[in-house]
Amino acid sequence: MTTAPATDSGTVIGGQGLTKRFGDRVALRDVSFAAAPGEVLAIIGPNGAGKTTLLSLLAGIRAPDEGTLLGDPTKLGWVPQQAAVYGKLSVAENLRLFARLEGAKDAGAVVDRMLDQTGLRERAGDELGTLSGGNRQRVNIAVGLLADPPGLLLDEPSASLDPRQRERLWEFIAGLARGGTTVVFSTHDVAEADRYADRLLVLADGELLYTGPPQDILSDHAPGVPGSDAPHDFEGAFVRFLHAKGH
Amino acid sequence: MRWLAIKDLQVLRRSPLLVAMLVLYPIIISVLIGLALSKGPDKPKVAFLNEVPAGAAKVSLGGEQIDTSKYASELFKSVTPIRVKSRAEAIEKVKSGEALGALIVPADIVQRLQGTASLAGARSPQVEVLYNVEDPVKAAYVKSVVDARLADANQALSEKLTTTAASYLKILLDGGSFDVGGSSVDVLGLRTTKAILDATLTQFPPGSPDRDALERVSRFSKVAVDNLDLSGPILKSIANPIEVRQTIVNGKRTPLSSYAVAVSVTLSLMFVAVLLGAGLLAAEREEHTFARLVRGLVGRTGLTVEKIGLSALFGLVVTALMVTGVGLFVDVDFGRAPQWLAGLAGGALAFAAMGVAIGALTREVRAASLLAVLLALPVAFLALVPSGAVAPALYDVIRTVSALFPFKPTLTALQAGFDGAGSLGPPLLHLAALLVGYGVLARVALRRFG
Repeated sequence: MTTAPATDSGTVIGGQGLTKRFGDRVALRDVSFAAAPGEVLAIIGPNGAGKTTLLSLLAGIRAPDEGTLLGDPTKLGWVPQQAAVYGKLSVAENLRLFARLEGAKDAGAVVDRMLDQTGLRERAGDELGTLSGGNRQRVNIAVGLLADPPGLLLDEPSASLDPRQRERLWEFIAGLARGGTTVVFSTHDVAEADRYADRLLVLADGELLYTGPPQDILSDHAPGVPGSDAPHDFEGAFVRFLHAKGH
Repeated sequence: MRWLAIKDLQVLRRSPLLVAMLVLYPIIISVLIGLALSKGPDKPKVAFLNEVPAGAAKVSLGGEQIDTSKYASELFKSVTPIRVKSRAEAIEKVKSGEALGALIVPADIVQRLQGTASLAGARSPQVEVLYNVEDPVKAAYVKSVVDARLADANQALSEKLTTTAASYLKILLDGGSFDVGGSSVDVLGLRTTKAILDATLTQFPPGSPDRDALERVSRFSKVAVDNLDLSGPILKSIANPIEVRQTIVNGKRTPLSSYAVAVSVTLSLMFVAVLLGAGLLAAEREEHTFARLVRGLVGRTGLTVEKIGLSALFGLVVTALMVTGVGLFVDVDFGRAPQWLAGLAGGALAFAAMGVAIGALTREVRAASLLAVLLALPVAFLALVPSGAVAPALYDVIRTVSALFPFKPTLTALQAGFDGAGSLGPPLLHLAALLVGYGVLARVALRRFG
């Protein structure tokens, strides 16, 4: 895997010409982007677009066949779609285990900090298997943040959460971004991307179709006359965008 | 890696039902297989060499002609004989596993039987039984079959010899003549002697010798004493006319109880280490933690080593406790604990590596557990197939397949550890090779695990 220092350009998460193949199928083709400190970037696209593949390259789980990663992927926090924690361990035990594996000198202090940060102190002694999906996801994210990483990668973080849990999740992520953490997340919910992301990466069939703010897609592909009282329909605009691009 | 091992132990501690099943299931299977082992094959193949010349198989006992070949026919009711032409061929049959044992009837057995019957002071007749004691179950079975048939033969001969001995005792009591070393000896008899002595003693005052009568008494006494000296061997020959000379052809003798313990412990070790190794690794994927771990927290090789080490340690502790418990009922040489613990450790590591490889290949707990059981049981049964139970070519295939799995070498190592039956080095080296092989397989399979 080729990586380049991220600090030269202020890039925390990014890649240059990233390509990944699975056999004859090209899952990702020549994707380039860079995310700056504190930026929240959403990866969206139809099923099979390559969103998870791109995240797995950025996280260092898979190596790109071509291209260069910007920064060291092992320094980034990673939150997989399904909670990657141990159901038989308690919240505190999970956090302590991963803090120790991260090499934290004072694992107890790190666990305390994360329990406060995620609001899970009251559930610290509960086994993960007994927690709701939302709380499991909070622990999942907390584990990704244990090493206090400069960037956080989240794969479908709000999937399987109810609206109230989603709201809390995005508040939490927004707080991280305000603190300077770069956040890159994938989602199927384009409205969520429109609402919480500073910038979009739109993928389709492994190709990067668009990178920029959501407003540009909305303004270019909204129904009716621009500036009219038409409702804010980002999803509709996004579908028209894809059609316009031949997808 | 240490923290990951501690985590796995915590998970096991919180899964008491799983741990109980993991420990109890193999013990139950071991008991069932132990019961099965207590019964041998119906008609084992036994190489048979009869060196007695044709037409010279009859012996005269008490005036009756007995055909010794009929005792061989009795034996053949319990075994399938493989007739061989030389002792070397018999040994080869046993060594190759084609026969479970061999029975050799020497050429001089008829003469010895005749000598025993005539009280000529000849050496006891002897047959030779060759065992392959690599597998104590089949050795014990062949021995029991041969012993039972020889006991029948000995009982029949004993009846004849008892009749003969009774006739000699009658001569000693009542007088008469019998043949010793080809010459006829006239025996006065104890009753007649008493009568003569009584008569002589009444005719002479005390201290006055009657030389002729006393000489006759002296000769009788000498003959009587000489013949009474023979009473020991006579009685011995009556009790056990034909002796069995046992020859071990391959390997050292292992007591059946130790063998049963070795089989039970190997089975338990296999189930515990294989199932745990497979489950622990596959669980990392099912918990979705594998990708998170190998992002830099723990390397794939480290993860493989941790799972193998923990599964082996768990299996070692469980089976060491099992041996200690079994030692309350069966003789276990605790003075040889370092040797059998070395065998257990080698087996535990190889079984654990096999389990981790299964977990890495199947990638999910249920499939891993199913495959582990599906593989483990046939492997165990294959390793327990006695060499003479199937055709030699098939046995070679079975032996080759068994060598690819840790059951057979673990069993061999434990036999060596418990009783010094064979060297501990070769099976431990075999297990080390399997540990490396399965470890590499697991590590390679982890490349497509996430």
